[in-house]
Amino acid sequence: MTKHVVLVEDETNIAEAIRFLLSRDGWRVETLANGGSAAEVIRAAKPDLLILDVMLPGKTGFEIMAELRSDDTLAEMPVLMLTARGQARDREMALQAGVSRFMTKPFSNEEMLSTVRELTAGRVS
Amino acid sequence: MARESLTGSRIRERRVMQGLKQADLARTIGISASYLNLIEHNRRRIGGKLLLGIAAALEVEPQALTEGAEAALLGVLGEAALAANLSQDDARRAEAFAGRFPGWAEALAASQRRVAALERTVESLSDRMSHDPYLADSMHELLTTAAAVRSTAEILAGDEGLEREWQDRFHANLDADSRRLAQSAQSLVGYLEQSKGAAAAGRSPQEEVEAYLAAQDFYFPQLEQGGGDASVDALLGAQGVALSDAAVFILRGVLEQVREDAAALSLGALQAAIDEIGVKPVTLARRLAVPVALMLRRLAALPSLGGGLVVCDRSGTVIFRKTVDGFSVPRFDSCCPLWPLFAALAAPGSVLRERVGQLGRGQMQFDAFATTELATAYEYNTPVPARGVMLLLPAPTGDASMPVRAVGATCRICPHERCHARREPSIMR
Repeated sequence: MTKHVVLVEDETNIAEAIRFLLSRDGWRVETLANGGSAAEVIRAAKPDLLILDVMLPGKTGFEIMAELRSDDTLAEMPVLMLTARGQARDREMALQAGVSRFMTKPFSNEEMLSTVRELTAGRVS
Repeated sequence: MARESLTGSRIRERRVMQGLKQADLARTIGISASYLNLIEHNRRRIGGKLLLGIAAALEVEPQALTEGAEAALLGVLGEAALAANLSQDDARRAEAFAGRFPGWAEALAASQRRVAALERTVESLSDRMSHDPYLADSMHELLTTAAAVRSTAEILAGDEGLEREWQDRFHANLDADSRRLAQSAQSLVGYLEQSKGAAAAGRSPQEEVEAYLAAQDFYFPQLEQGGGDASVDALLGAQGVALSDAAVFILRGVLEQVREDAAALSLGALQAAIDEIGVKPVTLARRLAVPVALMLRRLAALPSLGGGLVVCDRSGTVIFRKTVDGFSVPRFDSCCPLWPLFAALAAPGSVLRERVGQLGRGQMQFDAFATTELATAYEYNTPVPARGVMLLLPAPTGDASMPVRAVGATCRICPHERCHARREPSIMR
């Protein structure tokens, strides 16, 4: 069964690069550029992994997390949060919001791939 | 010494005007001519009974002799009383206090002036440090683009078997992102360099525009004299206009508005109408057949009125401000929701008039006129851009014909603790 990741990122060229990387790694990548309807799509899709930007049109990554973490069926879903803001306060907020890992931009592709593999190890085949 | 010098000089001036000899006035009020001479030459303090006696002899109100000197001192003591929540009875004793303890009164007034100056500093720093949207947005843009460049470049460099179609796509992305990165970096460097050179560190594009407009005294003869479309370009291209791209964008909008307004109503025609019917914005707008919002902008542009202007968009964001002493308009922070500007936004079509004074800002009062201006719809079922426009004219001195609404600048630095519109606690208490 193909591993499924939802990527919520409004920056199209970053989304394209990540989509390419993960596709090559065997993932089915579903991309969303707007935070407004993201929670709804994620609830319906129940992906194996969520990669979420913070600064999004519609809703922020933190707002989306607040909606998702109230849904028990998604409690186990690993979430990798991406942001251009790397201050300690943002990292703390991300962890409080229930994200599994926090990654600051710019990141290397190797860092992205290894983090994704770590987060989903033993969860997807 | 300003207090004494003004009072003594005024007594002498009044006496001379009335053709009274110094000795005659001294005799009338029961002091020696030499003592009166010392008073008139500002070498002796004067107040209380003696001042009343001199005023009676000169047939003037005592305030006429102390106006501009003691009046200024009493004004500052009044502010101190207000800040300390003294009762009206206590506040009224300021004059007696100043008369009995002039040294203490001066010391208290100096403290009050210092507090006011520090409050203004806090206000300005709080505004700048809490919100520098340009810097925050620039950094976000820079890092996001850098992330896209890095990921894309790594794919191109590391994947030798990359299909031609993907190669082309990533090359195009890389090209677009590297240009964007260069532009963002250049813009940020320009911003930081300007900040270094500016007296006030960290100038935002809005501040650049305000500094430019203030340097021109908000007056552009080229646009007032019916310049065409090219006149704005000529102004922006003029030597000495070295602004960031973001500031030029904002300034262009401001200058286009001035050009359009000037074409619709010249300042000469406006002044002629004012000479006839006075400064009555709605009456003037009717007489000259222009929208009230345009009239408010033109009145603010008339140098003789010394008025201020605040314009906000539908979200309440201030997009233009011509400041006036005694009324603070925050640059980036949210403004006081009690301003008539925002009430006007909620009542499109109406024109509001209210006398307002900002707490803790020297009790200066302004007649505020506010209305909302709607843009022309450009397609169906699309929100029409709206702007709130508020003109601030200094209220006539001593005019108590209208109630005064106490407003603030922004909640964070507003001393009004029990305001029903408060959004956050004040740091001033």
